[in-house]
Amino acid sequence: MKLYDVTELAVRNLRESILRNSLTTVGISVGVASLVAMLSLGIGLQQLAARRLQKSGLFDTVIVSSRRDLRNFSREQEENGPAPAESPALDEPARRKIEQLPSVSEAYPDIRFVTELRYADKPHLTMVAGLAFSAKNNDAFDGMEGSFFSSETALEVILQRSFAEELLGKRPTPGKDEVNLTELARPLIGKELTMRYAERTASPLDGTSASENPPGAAYSIVSRQQTLKIVGVCNLDPDSMRGQARARVFLPLKLAETLHVMQPSDLRDTTNIIGGTPTYTTLQVRVQSPKDVQSVEDAIKKMGFNTFSIVDATKSLRQFFAVLDLFLGIFGSLALAVASIGIVNTLVMAILERRREIGIMKAVGASDTDVKGLFFAEAGAMGVFGGILGVALGWAIGRVINLGTNIYLKRQHFPPEQIWFVPWWLVLCAIAFAIVVSLLSGLYPAGRAARLDPVQALRYE
Amino acid sequence: MTDQETKVSAHSDSIRSQDLCRYYRMGEALIRAVDGISLQVDAGEFVALLGTSGSGKSSLLNLIAGLDRPTSGSVVVQGNDLAKLSREELAKYRLHTVGMVFQSFNLIPSMTLLENVELPLRFAEVDRDKRDGLARKALDRVGLSARLRHRPPELSGGEQQRASLARALINQPKVLLADEPTGNLDSHTGTEIMKFIREFNESLGMTVVMVTHERTLAEHYAKRMIFLADGKLVDDQANAANVSAQLMPGGAR
Repeated sequence: MKLYDVTELAVRNLRESILRNSLTTVGISVGVASLVAMLSLGIGLQQLAARRLQKSGLFDTVIVSSRRDLRNFSREQEENGPAPAESPALDEPARRKIEQLPSVSEAYPDIRFVTELRYADKPHLTMVAGLAFSAKNNDAFDGMEGSFFSSETALEVILQRSFAEELLGKRPTPGKDEVNLTELARPLIGKELTMRYAERTASPLDGTSASENPPGAAYSIVSRQQTLKIVGVCNLDPDSMRGQARARVFLPLKLAETLHVMQPSDLRDTTNIIGGTPTYTTLQVRVQSPKDVQSVEDAIKKMGFNTFSIVDATKSLRQFFAVLDLFLGIFGSLALAVASIGIVNTLVMAILERRREIGIMKAVGASDTDVKGLFFAEAGAMGVFGGILGVALGWAIGRVINLGTNIYLKRQHFPPEQIWFVPWWLVLCAIAFAIVVSLLSGLYPAGRAARLDPVQALRYE
Repeated sequence: MTDQETKVSAHSDSIRSQDLCRYYRMGEALIRAVDGISLQVDAGEFVALLGTSGSGKSSLLNLIAGLDRPTSGSVVVQGNDLAKLSREELAKYRLHTVGMVFQSFNLIPSMTLLENVELPLRFAEVDRDKRDGLARKALDRVGLSARLRHRPPELSGGEQQRASLARALINQPKVLLADEPTGNLDSHTGTEIMKFIREFNESLGMTVVMVTHERTLAEHYAKRMIFLADGKLVDDQANAANVSAQLMPGGAR
């Protein structure tokens, strides 16, 4: 029989006992729906976690430090690497070299200093940090008021909320709800404040000391002040694990660099002999994608620096989600397995019911293959319908779960989240899986129908 | 089918059986439904198989139809040695070589007459656009052009049997096998059906083997009568009333 004839006959047979076949199809679709809902939840959660981590900037960052410094991240690196005295200095040439490594997007120093800021003629002492322009996409600034820096060297600052409160003379009262960020920002944005700071200048002030000291190893400190415009107030938690967050005022990093603000590490440069140029205590290296972190880390290690990243944490996270998806998939598949028994049952019943019809078809010339093909097509058609219906149902279930979660999140004052995601491959795989399961379930009934003895079948009333 | 058999059967015999046996096991008992029947039917003959119920006439017909396989012996129809055919080949044989008509019509109740008649064409993989025309023509031949879209339960027995005749003819088989074709019909419609069968025999040259237990029917239409009892052939006689134009058929052994 030709394929379209098989399909046509199969569909008409399915229509003949519409109720039973619909129920079986619904059974399949519930199975597929549970599979789709489970897996889309797993995928959605994974994506949510990945998105969060990606945005946090922790997973595409390698922190580089010099072995010369006392501070170190790993005992192993300390023991196996070259002796501290022989290792290279983490200075400007090293920074450029790191920036030229493949898949490195930028490398910037950690600039932070304690200084005095004047606002409305009142002095406020606080920690100021340079903030890389790439931090714009950081989730830490998701809920910020105002805007990010307008350019990489703009004379602008972003305040941390506790500092904003301090400037306005507000004290957070424990137990009471925090002041709304918008209200906090309104009187501040656009206003100016004056930063006083110590600039490190390369040339010594007077020529007498220059001959005694190795060139460049000494520097002068000049007191300067700079007017800065407040452009934003952000919600960063000063106690969070992010380095910059411990500061309460942020400057564009490039600006901070050009100001040559005296850094605590500068004191070291006066004591070491080779220091022709300033060195950095640490460099933050941003990698284009978290998957490149390992190779970048290795390359930097080869240059003789110490490195640190949280890449290993992502590895175990991926592993966790693989296991989660597997379990969700198994639970989802259980319903489909039950549904497949439904198909076997329906088709075996159909054979009993259509025994005579099968006999007639054989008597007028249907071959075993024709009969088998017909039952197979019926199973397949139920699989197709069930699969499509199931994906739609699973999608709907996912939406409802998502909606419910978001209502809950809203009640808890959290921003809404997409915890559920149905990728295209899942839609196609689920339908294909439903068809495969249906065909497998049709295997036995189809074989049984094909083997039916026409004489017996025709005698059957 | 071997070349030799093709040649042997090429001239005039349509059906030939040799020591044909079909035994069933029913619990402990062995039922000899067909027990060593040897016969020969010439092409174009109209043979009636007569006997009481349980005499094995339907079992013999099922063996000739390729619906059943012999326990031993051979049956060759139009050069096809049925015992040697595979299941698929046997299906092809049923599709193209023989047409069958049953006492209970055996139309598929959920299909219209047109679809029922078209069904063998589907199995023969005839193109969709040709099928419709062929089926209409076949139904027209048995006078059912007005009933194309009706389903079997909506029709009288006579109409259903005519539709099943149309279905039997659709693939232009050489042999028509009828199992009590008038058994469920009143005598008037029975006659109508028998007239169609005789017409197919005479104008199309089809070999007809008809199982019946009505001797009068056999005498009226068949040209040869074969009597069976307990699965054995007991008598084989030409029907004097109907052989006027025909030669004496190939004898029984």
